Amino acid sequence: MPTTFTPPEIDRHHHISDGNNGQKPPTDKRTGGNGDGDGDNFSNRPQGHRGPRERLSQARVGLFFALGGDLMFFVALVSVFFVTKASGHFDAYSHFINEWLPTAIPTILWLNTAVLLLSSVTAEVARQAMFREHDAMDEWFGIGRPISKRATLWLSLTLFLGGLFLAGQWAAWDQLAAQHVFFRTNPSSHFFYLITITHALHLFLGIIGLIAALMFLQFSRSLSTRQVVVDTTVWYWHVMGILWVFLFLLLEYGQ
Amino acid sequence: MSRLTDHRTIGFGYLLLSLLAVLIGTLLSLAMRAHLAWPNWPLPLHGPILPEEYLALVTMHGTLMLFFVLTVAPQSGFSNLILPAQIGSRHMAFPRLNALGLYLTALALFTLLAAFFVPGGAPIGGWTAYPPLSETALAGPGQGLGMDLWLASIAIFSIASTLSSINTLTTILKLRCEGMTWQRLPLTVWGWFTAALLSVLAFSVLLAALLLLFCDRHLHSAFFLPAQDLVNGVLLQHHGDGSPLLWLHLFWFFGHPEVYIAILPGMGLTSMVIANFAHRRVFAYRLMIATTLLIGFLGILVWGHHMFVAGLNPFAGTAFSISTMAIAIPASAKVLSWLATLWRSRPTLSTPMLFALGFVSLFITGGITGPILAQPILDEYLHNTFFVVAHFHLIMAMAGIFGLFCAIYYWAPLLFHRTLSEPLGKLHFWATILGAYSTFLPMHFTGLAGEPRHYAQLSGVAGPATDLLQSTLPLQRHITASAIFLVCAQLPFLLNLILSLRRPAQHLDNPWQATTMEWAPNALTPHPTEDQTIVYREPCHYSDSGKEFLTQWSTASTFSPEPE
Repeated sequence: MPTTFTPPEIDRHHHISDGNNGQKPPTDKRTGGNGDGDGDNFSNRPQGHRGPRERLSQARVGLFFALGGDLMFFVALVSVFFVTKASGHFDAYSHFINEWLPTAIPTILWLNTAVLLLSSVTAEVARQAMFREHDAMDEWFGIGRPISKRATLWLSLTLFLGGLFLAGQWAAWDQLAAQHVFFRTNPSSHFFYLITITHALHLFLGIIGLIAALMFLQFSRSLSTRQVVVDTTVWYWHVMGILWVFLFLLLEYGQ
Repeated sequence: MSRLTDHRTIGFGYLLLSLLAVLIGTLLSLAMRAHLAWPNWPLPLHGPILPEEYLALVTMHGTLMLFFVLTVAPQSGFSNLILPAQIGSRHMAFPRLNALGLYLTALALFTLLAAFFVPGGAPIGGWTAYPPLSETALAGPGQGLGMDLWLASIAIFSIASTLSSINTLTTILKLRCEGMTWQRLPLTVWGWFTAALLSVLAFSVLLAALLLLFCDRHLHSAFFLPAQDLVNGVLLQHHGDGSPLLWLHLFWFFGHPEVYIAILPGMGLTSMVIANFAHRRVFAYRLMIATTLLIGFLGILVWGHHMFVAGLNPFAGTAFSISTMAIAIPASAKVLSWLATLWRSRPTLSTPMLFALGFVSLFITGGITGPILAQPILDEYLHNTFFVVAHFHLIMAMAGIFGLFCAIYYWAPLLFHRTLSEPLGKLHFWATILGAYSTFLPMHFTGLAGEPRHYAQLSGVAGPATDLLQSTLPLQRHITASAIFLVCAQLPFLLNLILSLRRPAQHLDNPWQATTMEWAPNALTPHPTEDQTIVYREPCHYSDSGKEFLTQWSTASTFSPEPE
C-alpha cells in the first residue's frame, strides 16, 4: 500500500484552479497516494481540474476553429481567382476578350518554399522537445530547464527561417516590380499580390507568435503555459506552411 | 480574474453597444417613415430629407440593426452573460480574446457612426453595398470616405465576431461540467453553438469580399466591376472583367447565414422558456437539436435566393429555390414542437412567456411568406417591393427583438438581481406586438400593390406610376403612425428597467421554477465552490401533471413536491 500523504477526505475539498483564468500557474503540489494508489490520476478529478492536458486541448480547439475561419478566407480568395480567370467580355467585333495574362512566378519562390518547409521541421523539433517526458519531469520539479533550452534553440532557428522566407517574398515582389509587374498590371497579378501579401501577413502573425513563445520560454514560470504557447504557435506555423504550398502550387501551375 | 475580462462584464458591454445602436437605428427608421408619409416635412435641426440622405438612412439603419443589434446582442451579449452558467462553468475558455472581441466591436461601431460626420456623409449603397455603385465615389455623396469607413467598420466587426465565436465554440466544447452531455445541453446553448459555427464560416468570407472591394476602390482592380463600366457618365479605369454578381455570391454566402446567426439563439430560448412556463418537457428534444443544426447547415446552402432577379442562371435559381424551401421543413418542425409543448398545458402567462409566444407568432407570420419568396417566378415581381421588407422585418427583426425582450425579462433576476415589473411588462408586450403587426403587416399589401423598396419619395413621380404609388399613400401614413406607436411602446420597458433598478436588490432563488443550470444556487459566483457542479439529467424535467419538477443539478431521483 502506498504511503498516504494527504488523507482523501481532506483531498476532496482541495480543488485548485488549474490556471484557465489567465492567472498564476497551478501550484498544486499534491504528491498522491490517496489510499488506492490512484490519487494522481487526473481523470478522477472534476472537469476543468484535470491538469495541463486539458489546457492544451482547449488551446488546440480554439486554434482549430480560428484556422477553420482562416481557411474560409482563403477559400473565398481562391474561388474569386478561378472566377476572374475564366471571365471576359465581348468587344465591338463580338470577339471574346479575356484580359488574363499569367504572371511569371519568380523562381526565388521555390527557394522560399523550401525554406518555409524547413522551418516547419525545426518548429516541429521544438514542439516535440516540449513534451519529452523525462526532461519535462525535470523541469516540472525545477531541477533544470532542459526542454525550454532546447525549444528556445529550435524556435529561434524557426524564427530565422521564417524571417528569411518573408525576406525572400519581399525579393520576389522586388523582382516583379523591376519587370514592371505591379498589383494593378493584370487580373493575374492582382491575385499574385493578394495571395502572397495576405499569406505574408498571416506568417507575420506567426512570427509574432514565435517571438511571444520565445518570451514565454524565457520568462514564464509555468511549464504548462510554456507548452501550450509553443504547441499552438507551432501548429499555426505548420498550417501556414501547408497553406503556402497549396497557394504556391496554385500560382505556379493554376494560372 | 480581472474585472475587464470577466465574461459578465463583457456581456453587459455588448448589450450597452447594442442599446446605443438600436436607439440610433430606430431614430433613423422613424426619419425614413416620416419622410415616406410626409415627403415635404423638414426634419428638425436638419431640414428636408434629400433623396441621397434617405438612402443613407436606409443604409445606416440596416447596418446598425443587422450587425450591431441582431448579431451582437443575442449572440455575443447573452452568450457571455448566460452560457457559462448554463453549461455549469464559471468562466469562458479565452477571457482575453473575449475582451478583445468586445473592444473591436466597439471600435467597429464608432467607425461606422463616424461616417455621419465625414465629407459626403454616410454611405448610400444599402447594407449589402452592391457594386458597381459601392465601387466609386462618383456614385454619389457618401460613397467616398463614408463608404470607406463602412468597409473598415464591417471588416473590424468580422474579425471581432470571429474571435468571439472561437471563444464560444471552445467554451461549449471544452468547459461543460460533469454530466453535461451533448443531449443535456439546453437548446439555447445549441442555438449559440450553431450560430457560432456559422459565424466562423461566414464572417471570414465577408472579410475576403470586403478586402476585394477595397482593392477595387483604391487599387484599380475590377473583381466586381464589368469592363468599360460608366458611373455617372465617367468611364472607370480598372483592369479586368469582373462582375457585380461575384460580390453578391460572396456577400450572401455570408449574408444568409448571418440572418440565422441572428435568429437561432432566439429559437433556442423560445423552446426553453415555453417548456419552463408550460411546465412541460420540450416536445421531441433530440429532434429540436437536430433541426437547430439542420437549419444552420441548410442556411449555408440558400444564399442564391437573394439573387433571383440579379442575373443568376435560372438553373442555379431552381437549385437555390429547392434548398430554400427545404429549410421550411426544420423550421416547421420547430414551430410544431413549440405548439406540441404547449398543447393542453396550463402555461403561466408571465411576461417572458408572452414574449416567447410573440416570437412564435411572428416567426409563423414572417415565415409563411418565405416559401412564396423562395420561388423565382414570384420573387421576380416581389423582390424589389415592400413585400420583402415586410417579410424580413417580421421574421428576423421583430422575432429577433422579441427573443431579446424574452431574454431580458426571463433572465432579469440573474442580470439585475431583480425581477422586472409584471404589469409594466405585460403593457410593454401587448403594445409592442400590436405595434409590430400594425407596422409590418400592411407592408405586404403596399408591396403587392407595387411599392418599391429604396425609393425616397412616392409622390410626384412622373408617368403612370404616380397613380399606383399615390394609392398606397393612405396605408403609408398608417404604417408611419404605427411605427411611431411601436417606438412609444418601448417607453414602458425603459420605465420598467429604471424603476426596477431603483428598487433594492432581492435574493431570488429560481423564481420561474426553471430547470437549467444558470438558476442553480451560486451558478453565477465567479469562483468555484467547494462542491463540484454536476448535471444529473436533461433540462425541463417536469412531471406529467406539470406540478413537480427536477432541476438539472438536483440529486433527487424522484419528483419532490413543488416549493411553496
